[in-house]
Amino acid sequence: MSVNIVLLLVMGVMYAGGVYLLLERTLTRVLLGMILMTNATNLLILIMAGAPGQSPIVEPGLDPGEYSDPLPQALTLTSIVISFAVTSFMLGMIYRSWKLGRRDEVLVDTEDVKVAEQPSFDAEEDAELQEETSEFLDEDEDPNADYEHATAVNPATGSLPVRHQQDGTVRVRPLGSRQEKSSRAGRRAAQEPEEGEHPVGYRGHDDHLPDEDERAGSPRARPPRFPEQHRDDGQDTRDQAGPGARGRRRKGEG
Amino acid sequence: MDQGLVSLAPLAVLLPILGAALAFVLVRRPRAQIAATVTTITVTLVVECLLLAATWDTGAVAVFIGGWEAPWGITLVVDRFSALMLVVSSAIVLAVLVYASAQGVTDQDQGGPVSIFHPTFLILVAGVSNAFLAGDLFNLYVGFEILLTASYVLLTLGGTGPRVRAGVTYVVVSVISSVIFLIAIAMIYGATGTVNMADLAGKLAQLDPDVQMVLHVMLLVGFGIKAAVFPLSFWLPDSYPTAPAPVTAVFAGLLTKVGVYAIVRTETLLFPGDRVNVLLLWVALLTMIVGILGALAQNDIKRVLSFTLVSHIGYMIFGLGLSNVLGLGATIFYVVHHITVQTSLFLVTGLIEQRAGTANVDRLGGLARISPLIAILFFIPAMNLAGIPPFSGFLGKVGLIQAGVGAQTTMAWALVIASVVTSLLTLLVMVRVWTRAFWRRVEDVEHPPAKLVLAVEAQEATVAHASARAAAAGTGGSVDAERRAPALTGPRGPTAGLVAPTIGLVALGLSFTVLAGPLYTFADRAATDMLVRTPYIEAVLGEEAAELAALDVDELQDRGIVAPPDRENSGPGDLQPLDGADSEGNDAGTRPGGDVPGEPGGTGEADDGEGGRP
Repeated sequence: MSVNIVLLLVMGVMYAGGVYLLLERTLTRVLLGMILMTNATNLLILIMAGAPGQSPIVEPGLDPGEYSDPLPQALTLTSIVISFAVTSFMLGMIYRSWKLGRRDEVLVDTEDVKVAEQPSFDAEEDAELQEETSEFLDEDEDPNADYEHATAVNPATGSLPVRHQQDGTVRVRPLGSRQEKSSRAGRRAAQEPEEGEHPVGYRGHDDHLPDEDERAGSPRARPPRFPEQHRDDGQDTRDQAGPGARGRRRKGEG
Repeated sequence: MDQGLVSLAPLAVLLPILGAALAFVLVRRPRAQIAATVTTITVTLVVECLLLAATWDTGAVAVFIGGWEAPWGITLVVDRFSALMLVVSSAIVLAVLVYASAQGVTDQDQGGPVSIFHPTFLILVAGVSNAFLAGDLFNLYVGFEILLTASYVLLTLGGTGPRVRAGVTYVVVSVISSVIFLIAIAMIYGATGTVNMADLAGKLAQLDPDVQMVLHVMLLVGFGIKAAVFPLSFWLPDSYPTAPAPVTAVFAGLLTKVGVYAIVRTETLLFPGDRVNVLLLWVALLTMIVGILGALAQNDIKRVLSFTLVSHIGYMIFGLGLSNVLGLGATIFYVVHHITVQTSLFLVTGLIEQRAGTANVDRLGGLARISPLIAILFFIPAMNLAGIPPFSGFLGKVGLIQAGVGAQTTMAWALVIASVVTSLLTLLVMVRVWTRAFWRRVEDVEHPPAKLVLAVEAQEATVAHASARAAAAGTGGSVDAERRAPALTGPRGPTAGLVAPTIGLVALGLSFTVLAGPLYTFADRAATDMLVRTPYIEAVLGEEAAELAALDVDELQDRGIVAPPDRENSGPGDLQPLDGADSEGNDAGTRPGGDVPGEPGGTGEADDGEGGRP
């Protein structure tokens, strides 16, 4: 079997680039990495067809070895279609993630964080609020529904500082818009979501119905560390409940 | 070979796809959609039961799509193992589908995205069936991709934040495993010039042993990610618990088992012998221990179950890693048992969530009083999973441990000890969930969800009311009427549509105890078929190729690689110890051939009734 060295090199470079991009945290780069890897694999299948020959349509008098191998082409075609479908689905998810919270990153599983923090978990303090993971609970049945959002951010700290946590979940907001928004006191469902204002898990969008899971897994669903502090004027800042709140809370704890 | 009934095999893939198309057409009419999908799966289940009955005695039969002969065309192969997997998977899927439909109907006022669920679910079923039937590696890959693509959609149903987050991890990991699998296919094709598995069985053996090892390990890594064995299992507890309960149930039951199925095929058909057995046993050991330790740390029932799922994959790899008939037979039995039990546990978790409003054990309590039915439905599969004697989990573990003890190697003994420890830890995990969620009084729960409190109050009011009535009036008829009235004020309990499929699955799990005799016999025969390899190859390529493959096995032995035992070596004498396990059930002496496990009518459990299997 003869091998085209150029194709082989191209494939190697694509794999290398794909692996490198996959290791990034940004979703778009992960997607590009996926595309590179799947296409490198398509190339590999093609290389495995061996040397190119005549088109595989039967011609009288032609030796069977003269034809190109048609099977790898069929396999490549199938895998191109599949990778195309997966790529577009992934694009959809990235767009969704971006729409939900202007986050183009792989987010941390909050349950993992919780489990990891368990040894220092203070049952007395943290028992103020527990998170909901049910998909059955109605919103109006949940006594914590308002409370949780009202207390998820520490209002004492004022504007959000720029700080990159390990999980990369802190974001900056201009101070002006925050004040403006906080004057709008209403249930969060009535608030106009501004693009980029909300973390993943924000439940104000109209294109889908709110789901308990959104709150359950979102970073702000973690129980507050110092509920007493939050309770007083938390009403005004509920729309900022975001990953940033967690970062600061954790800092205040330590 | 008798082609008559088995030529129905493509229907197992085709019917769900057509049903999905029909469901898409009916997207605006939820009830018609449910009727269409449930009918489709029921018909598919019947077809697959016929396939199982047809292969029960004959063994492997191949179907050539479009009449193209084996090494060139697409082949579907039904052998005992794949037929069994098909039947069990469809039975599970049917129960989950009914459950999901009931849940969708219940939650209709909240507007669950029901319309997209049913078609996608059927596509998933088609993918699973295709993977079980695939006779060539690329078709297996296509089957994997069908089920994965459907599972992406199901996992991110609704597109909420946590699901998108979990979905990203899941999609990327799945794509990587698929890419590894595809690379392996490409290299295997480059090395041998074929992707037909029966053909490969002969041709791979002629390659250089090192090349074989590379191909072998690549396939194992690709499948290992899908099966969630230890170093490659990180993604599973991350992504599964965020999905809706029925989706998680079917993922937990089926998707990892498709990976296990592919590993079994790789180990038996493509690369026989014990070259990677030590590796497999280590992987099994670590999967069991690490998985169950992870489960111990969790508070959410869904996450606990996800970790026990990972842990119990280790048992299946353990039996496979022994590569003898006893071990592989026990693996097959364990796969069947575990699919059923894990799915029913997730469905019960859905019931708990629906009843109490949360699945976090820290906030649950008093469920045994509020809903004894849910308590029973949870208790039976939980004890089954932990391996308490009368249940099939015990029988599966006994089979594995017998095989491990019989293997007489240090590694096998380590695995025996690990599996007993894992079983104990599973019991601990399950008992922790049980005592906290079911036995603890609601007053002791620090922050019970509102739904739970309301349910308790309603229940107490009912009891008080009824006893007061009974004391005052003392008449039977009016008490009943009065009892119902206050109960209505409490939160709605699970509907029949949710409970019935759960009961059906629990009963199916229990029926494996009763049917353990024939099922074990069948599993051992399936294992013998797979280890000998010739029935499979003969079905696909004819007798000459099968004889060549048998010669290859001899060559392997010359090279010092211990081949799996021949049919002669593993006669009834070897299988005898397993019959001891059957004495726990009451049906040890049943003649194989008549009864089809997993068939709706066949589950004759007294205590739970048969109402659940529609």
